[in-house]
Formats: sequence, C-alpha cells, structure tokens
Amino acid sequence: MRQVTPTEGTLLTAADLAGNGVHGDDPDVHGKFGIFGGRYVPEALIPALDEVAAEYDRARNDVAFLREFDHLLRTYAGRPTTLTEVPRFAEQAGGARIILKREDLTHTGAHKINNVLGQALLTKRLGKKRVIAETGAGQHGVATATAAALMGLECVIYMGAVDCERQALNVARMKLLGATVVPVHNGSKTLKDAINEAFRDWVTNVDSTHYLFGTIAGPHPFPEIVRDFARIIGVEARRQMLELTGALPDAVCAAVGGGSNAIGIFHAFIGDQNVALHGYEAGGRGLETGEHALTLTAGSVGVLHGSRTYVLQDEEGQTIESHSISAGLDYPGVGPEHAWLKDSGRATYHGITDAEAMEAFALLARTEGIIPAIESSHALAGALKLGRELGPEATILVNLSGRGDKDMGTAMKYFNL
Amino acid sequence: MTTLQTVFAKAKADERAALVGYLPAGFPTKDGAIAAATAMVEAGCDVIEIGLPYSDPLMDGPTIQDAVHRALTNGTRIADVLRTVEGVAKTGAATLVMTYWNPIDRYGAERFARDLADAGGVGTITPDLTPEESGPWRQASADAGIDTVFLVAPSSTEERIQAVADCCTGFVYAASLMGVTGARDSVSSAAQGLVERTRAHTDLPVCVGLGVGNGRQAAEVAGYADGVIVGSAFIRRILDAPDEASGLAAVRELGAELAAGVRA
Ligand SMILES: Cc1ncc(COP(=O)(O)O)c(C=O)c1O
Repeated sequence: MRQVTPTEGTLLTAADLAGNGVHGDDPDVHGKFGIFGGRYVPEALIPALDEVAAEYDRARNDVAFLREFDHLLRTYAGRPTTLTEVPRFAEQAGGARIILKREDLTHTGAHKINNVLGQALLTKRLGKKRVIAETGAGQHGVATATAAALMGLECVIYMGAVDCERQALNVARMKLLGATVVPVHNGSKTLKDAINEAFRDWVTNVDSTHYLFGTIAGPHPFPEIVRDFARIIGVEARRQMLELTGALPDAVCAAVGGGSNAIGIFHAFIGDQNVALHGYEAGGRGLETGEHALTLTAGSVGVLHGSRTYVLQDEEGQTIESHSISAGLDYPGVGPEHAWLKDSGRATYHGITDAEAMEAFALLARTEGIIPAIESSHALAGALKLGRELGPEATILVNLSGRGDKDMGTAMKYFNL
Repeated sequence: MTTLQTVFAKAKADERAALVGYLPAGFPTKDGAIAAATAMVEAGCDVIEIGLPYSDPLMDGPTIQDAVHRALTNGTRIADVLRTVEGVAKTGAATLVMTYWNPIDRYGAERFARDLADAGGVGTITPDLTPEESGPWRQASADAGIDTVFLVAPSSTEERIQAVADCCTGFVYAASLMGVTGARDSVSSAAQGLVERTRAHTDLPVCVGLGVGNGRQAAEVAGYADGVIVGSAFIRRILDAPDEASGLAAVRELGAELAAGVRA
C-alpha cells in the first residue's frame, strides 16, 4: 500500500516521486512494465539513456534536487493547482459530482510544465547546454522553451508541419521564448514524425544535448521519469479530494495522447482499488472511419519510438497515421505503462469522437466560464458519459490538463465564431 | 548459396575488404530494386543488404528516408522484400535484410526467419534491436540457419561492445559516427578506434557503415575494417538520374569505384 499524503506546505519528498522502490509498480531494470516498455533504439543512444537513468536515480534521492524542483513547482509553475467543482456542467452528467483538477492554471497553461521543469533540472545536472523536444499541440514545446529560457539552455523544438498550422499561436510563443521551431514535413507531418526527427537530432548531438521527452512513451527511462515528474498532479488531487469531499472519488478521468497527464493523475490512485481509472483516447471521426487515434482501444501490440506498447499498425507493422481534431492526442502510440494498466484491467480506456469533445469544450465554456484544451475536452466528454452511467451519487475527478487558448483557431472554424 | 563466412574468407584471402551495398526493396520500383542491386553486384559488391521499407525510419537521414518513402508509396510489402532477396541472392551475392524491428515482430519472428532463409537470404541487420531484447530473434534465426548482425557505435562502452558482439554471427556492424545514415565529406575519425575496440571483443569480421560514399573513403576504411558498407551514395545516384537506365549506369560506375577502393 502506498502512503503518499503530504500535507500542504510540506516539501516534495522522494516518495512523492515514485522511486525508491516505495511502489511495486516501477519498471524492471530493463524498463519493462510487464511485457511493455524496454528499449528499441539504435545502440548509439544506449549510453545516453543509461546516463539519463543513472542521473535520475541520483537526483530523486537527492534532497537538494527535490527541494529545487519543489521550489520551481510552487514559485514558477503555480502549484499546487486548485480543484474546481463544476455543478452547472455536471447537470449534463446525470447529476454526478464532477470536480476538475486545474492543470490549465499552471504557468504556460498545461500539465506539461511539471515534467519539463523536472527534466530541465536534470539537464543541468547532466551538464548539457542544449535541449530538444517534440511537440504536438505545442504545449510541451512551449513548456520546454519556457524552461530553457529560465535556465539559459539552447532549445530546438520539432513540430509536424500540420500541427504548426493548427497550433500557430504556440509556434509564435515558442519563438518569442527564444526557441528554434523546426517544422517536420515527413510522413503524416504530426507528432509521430516530430518524434522521429527529434531522435535523429539526438543521436547526432547527444554529447551536448538532452532530449526532453514530453510524454510517458519512448525508450526507458523516459516513461518512468516523465511519470514521476507528472505524478504531483495525482498526489495533490488525492489529498485535495479528501479535504473537499471527505472521500476518494469513484472515478478519475483523463485524456490519453502519449499518456502523461493521465498517468500523472492516475498514479497516486492505483493502490485505491475502489477508485476506477478511465482514460479517453481520440476517436477522431469514429472508429469505423479509420480516422482516429484509438491506440489502446483499437491498436495492437508492437514497437514504436523505442518502446513495446500498443500501436496503430497494419498487419505488416507499418504505423497507421492517426487522426484527431486535437493535435496533442493525434499519436498512433501510447506510453507502455498505460498498455500495462489496460492489460491488467486496472484502468479502462475509451474513445471520444471529435464531435463529442467539441461539444464538451463548448459546454464547459458556457456553463462554467472555463475554456479547456481540446485534449482535455476528451476527458470532460468521458466524464459526462460516465456520470450518466454511474448516477447522481457518483463523484468524478477529471484532469483538466490544459487551457484552450491555443485552440481558438480550431474552435473559430468548428463553431463558425 | 554464398554465405557471409565464405565472402569474408575470400576477401581475406584476396587481402582486401569486402564491399557491402545497401538498397531498399521497392526503390526506385519493385523490379527496379532487383535490377539496381544486380548492377551493384556486377560492379563488385560482395554482400547486398536489402532494406525493408518502414514508415518510421528514425535512424535514417534524408536520402534513405526519401527512397523508403517512395518504396512504401509504390506499395512495397514484405512479400516484395522477400522476392527482391530471392532475385538478388541468385546473382551469387550474400544477401541480407536490414530492417527496423517492428515489421519482423508483427510478421512473426519464426515465420520471417524461415521465409527469409527460403528466399535465399543469409541473415538480417536489425539496428534498433538491442541485445536485451534480441533473444527470441537470435533463437529464430539460429533455427532457420541465418545470421544476426547488430550495431556498435562510437558511444558504446566496452561492456556494450561485448554484449553486442556476443549476439552477432556473420559480422559486427560498426556505425562510424554518431548520427543518421547518409554520405559525408569525410569518414568519421571515430570509426577506426571503434573497429579496434571491437576487435578486442570478437573474432568476427567488423564492417564499417554510415558516411562512406566514394572510392577514396572506401580505400581508407578498407585499411582497417573487414568490410565497407555503402547505402545512401548508391541511392543518391538513382535519385539524381533522369531515368532508370542512367540510374543503373551511375550505380555501376559508383560500384566500380568503390570496388577499386576496397582493393587499393
Ligand atoms: C493540454 C494537453 N492535454 C493532453 C495532452 C496529451 O498528452 P499526454 O497524453 O501526454 O498528456 C497534451 C499534449 O500536447 C496537451 O497539451
């Protein structure tokens, strides 16, 4: 059983990060969560991955590191983030209580900042002066550019050309923050191709550069490190739920792209068997159209971007291009820990179509005065459905992973605003 | 069928390095790949690596990405890869498949090893399969009687070189530089050191790839390695040619230059 209930004002502890063998669900020495995870990368990158893993192992047991991370989370990122109950929105959810974890209120506007600050500190410990990152919605790119500006690191962001267009505002933000944004014109011109290009940069510049990976996918140790730095979301939310309602929620809902915001809020609840964990993937135009990003729901086990996990692939192992109205969920892979949680039955994953997500997006804006990210709107739409299933007695915690300012271009088109 | 062992024994007897050429199946067309690889053999390549086109080639530079994209666009499938191997093996060159791991994983390791052996292939190079994950593939390959080649890199520690070499049969692939595939103006100075370090861990031949593109570079690498691997430079000749016939001529010309290089 885990006992991670730090009180307000106490310093982040090593146990708040998942390490130290406190939890039985760290990956094994090869980075495996059951059959998932591991490392499928060119040998040239193995020493760099080993170096990152070893430094992270030292860092998470180093009080000075934890203190610095904690300080940044409080004084720069704006943690702890609040909970907000949304009763007018919940009227559409059969009267169930819906409570949002407000990651949209963090600096830069999404949960990505938590992981980025942790890894930027790690970059300094590694003695590296340059960071690279992939980005889909641009939120991870903005967060990385932000941390790079804060810490005086050179920053290059790879972003699919399609995503550059639909998230133009974030491209401008990254540039203003001093980052170089490289549009990627290969393949589907979205997140998966940006990741390929970032790996090519890393293998070429690995001596000077840390690959600041943005989600819990990729080769070991990224799935573990990114989870641990995002884990604060659930650690806070679990304590806040107990304070606010006197009990744990019946269910926790989160959107799943690569899976970082979902694992961030799920992880502290994994030991609470009465708390159901629900992940929502992008259903795009619908499963039957083939235009979706339903990796866990409709994919099969394979290897993508260095990790064994569920993948959207054809019968010969070629990656199938995903589709979603939300750039952050438009990815044909998923973090190996989610694959493991799915197969073990501890978490359940569902699809939400573009239309359902956009409806929830507009509903939250109108009923509660909060404009969510389209990614997060998938979790909101999931909570509406779940509330109707569970009934008025249920309490549902939703990770509002980001704010919707970046999505106004898409919304203007979609709603003819 | 020519095995890797006979190729390297013969090259050694001739006091030269072996020449290894790479080309993706399906590039420039399905039949064009067989024709181009055959031209490479006729010009002097001892070993041919047939690339299995994959949607996410994350260790390849722009030239191979471009070729692979064309191959996938013209509908190249694993059956075509095997057919290409069959066609090339008939020339008498030892023929390997170079592939990212996922296509084999999905096809089934045992089935792929068997089908490759049946097509006359002598082994595989799997650049993203690490020793830790390679057990099932090495078993399947041993059962089918084909070789397994893995990569070492300039960044590899002594322990890693040992672990990789222990998984190899046929030869060890030494990546000359930290980076993606593609011809370079000069061969990385890291290559020779890596070959020497690798020799301390294995008696297998050590071949150098990444960045070799002309006869002078081939001669330089042949001075310390057992084999010289060239891919992007061949592809570049085909990409730059106005038509298939002149592409083949350019491939022959480069092949002859490289073959002279490994004999210099
Ligand atoms: C606000 C927001 N939520 C969710 C995601 C999806 O990523 P993940 O599944 O890693 O949380 C993104 C990615 O860009 C995002 O910006």
